Amino acid sequence: MEKQPIVEIKNLYKSYRRAGQEIPVLQDINLDIAESEFLALMGPSGSGKSTLLNLIAGIDKADSGLIKVVGTDITSLSETELAHWRATNVGFIFQFYNLIPVLTAFENVELPLLLTGLSGKERRGHVETAMSVVNLSDRMDHYPGQLSGGQQQRVAIARAVVTDPTIIVADEPTGDLDRVSAEDILELMERLVHELGKTIVMVTHDPRAAGKAHIIRNLDKGVLNAYPQTHI
Amino acid sequence: MHILKLIFKNAFRHKLRTFLTIAGITIAILAFGLLRTVINAWYAGVEASAANRLVTRNSISLIFPLPISYKDKIRQIEGVTNVSYGNWFGGIYIDEKNFFANFAVEPESYLKLYPEYVLPPDQKAAFLRDRKGFFAGRKLAEKYKWKLGDTVVLKGTIFPGEWDFVLRAIYKGRDKNIDETQFIFHWDYLNETMKKTAPLRADQVGFYMISVKDPALAADVSVAVDKTFKNSLAETLTETEKAFQMGFISMSEAIVVAIRMVSFVVIIIIMAVMANTMAMSTRERFAEYAVLKTLGFGGTYIAGLIFGESLFITTAGCVTGTILTFPAAKAFGDAMSQFFPIFNVSVNTIYMDAAASVVVGVVSAIIPAYRAVSIRIADGLRRIG
Repeated sequence: MEKQPIVEIKNLYKSYRRAGQEIPVLQDINLDIAESEFLALMGPSGSGKSTLLNLIAGIDKADSGLIKVVGTDITSLSETELAHWRATNVGFIFQFYNLIPVLTAFENVELPLLLTGLSGKERRGHVETAMSVVNLSDRMDHYPGQLSGGQQQRVAIARAVVTDPTIIVADEPTGDLDRVSAEDILELMERLVHELGKTIVMVTHDPRAAGKAHIIRNLDKGVLNAYPQTHI
Repeated sequence: MHILKLIFKNAFRHKLRTFLTIAGITIAILAFGLLRTVINAWYAGVEASAANRLVTRNSISLIFPLPISYKDKIRQIEGVTNVSYGNWFGGIYIDEKNFFANFAVEPESYLKLYPEYVLPPDQKAAFLRDRKGFFAGRKLAEKYKWKLGDTVVLKGTIFPGEWDFVLRAIYKGRDKNIDETQFIFHWDYLNETMKKTAPLRADQVGFYMISVKDPALAADVSVAVDKTFKNSLAETLTETEKAFQMGFISMSEAIVVAIRMVSFVVIIIIMAVMANTMAMSTRERFAEYAVLKTLGFGGTYIAGLIFGESLFITTAGCVTGTILTFPAAKAFGDAMSQFFPIFNVSVNTIYMDAAASVVVGVVSAIIPAYRAVSIRIADGLRRIG
């Protein structure tokens, strides 16, 4: 049976204005992503893959077109509504981990839960679960500076999953890691898909990382190739 | 609770920068507090003035005397309850640098008019009995280590000669704003000596102090006194004690204005320093603010972090600066006691310190907070490294 798309993108356009000139970044993008799918977006620098990821995650606004994520047309949401929507539906993994350096691993993972109505005790339970998923239960009181790159990225993944979002977006999650750490992170992401049923959209330059995805879509000069390049 | 923890941790990310900024604010608040205290000290005489007291002097100038015979005429004016009189003596103790105010007054009426000078009853009686006796303020006696019974010699400038006095009483101020550095002696001692040495200058006073039944009568009584002596050889000018004191201050108004301006310039300078600190701190954290926005935190939370950090730093500097103002004011006041006999840090100064730190904290955070809140998430996330 065909999986129900969790992300639906129709006729999406996005451009930037620089020095009075309009520069198209994404042109007529149409894309469906099914639930529990691991999709990799590839393409050369400046092809618009990070922009597309940002649009799917609701941290940027499209010029026109439709982006429906988990049944919500996010192009029609205000900034405040988008912030609330992101807090409940999207988990983020960044290339440089983007942890708050003055907070411990526990406090970093707890951050998204502060926007929920959970009590301190409930938050602690959620954080402990998320930290055990990424195998860092013994590093909860460590600050980011006391962790390796791979461990920091695992904390970032714990932060991404702690609110149990439907979709996880990852922008070059292995771009700043050595090969072994990168493998660990990719395996962890596969587990998130297989064991927790998460949908992951990942931007990467690394063919090895893309190889872990179910589907690879290529972007070139803002245009999405008509067919998936690889389907695993 | 979490936001407070994050504000605190953010504030000490760059410990040296934060401590230097706090030190700068501490020094600025200390300077601001001291300058405000100097201004207050300037107005101490005005503040200590009573609403029911008037001062009558020669209408031409304070340096011209009035006849002693005016005393009885003034006493008869309706609304007047007490009249005293005196002269600025202008004596020098050992050296000109040892300046302090010294007056010859009619003691009994003077002490009734100025109940804020508190003398022990036995010392007061001893002073009133001894025509060559004088009473001095506590601070003045402490400064020159005078003890009761000591003879003190002043060299006259306005009234030439060597004048010796015996310390019979030491007064304390009833309130904190009472000058405790004055030297007061019997007008009769001065007048009798003048009768012998310069008879033309005898029976003349420099000013009259008048108390009225009700402060509301002050204007009427002033007019009545001046009217009484209109077209006489020595016309009078009567005004409230406050207006009289203000007359002295108006002579140095430009200095007071300059000090006031400098005190605000100090705050503006530290505001620029603080704004620079906050601008640097927020610029370094744009990516973090972008992450927080990505996670769903709104502009209010991010602005709260920036304003909170700014206010935390300025408050730390303000509290330290205000605490240090007290010993600094004491040291300054002791060193400058001949110019500023009253040099106390007022409650108003502390409120102004607090207000200045809040203004600096808020103003310094406005632009950094605006930039952090308004930056696009995608742009913020690009600022990594």
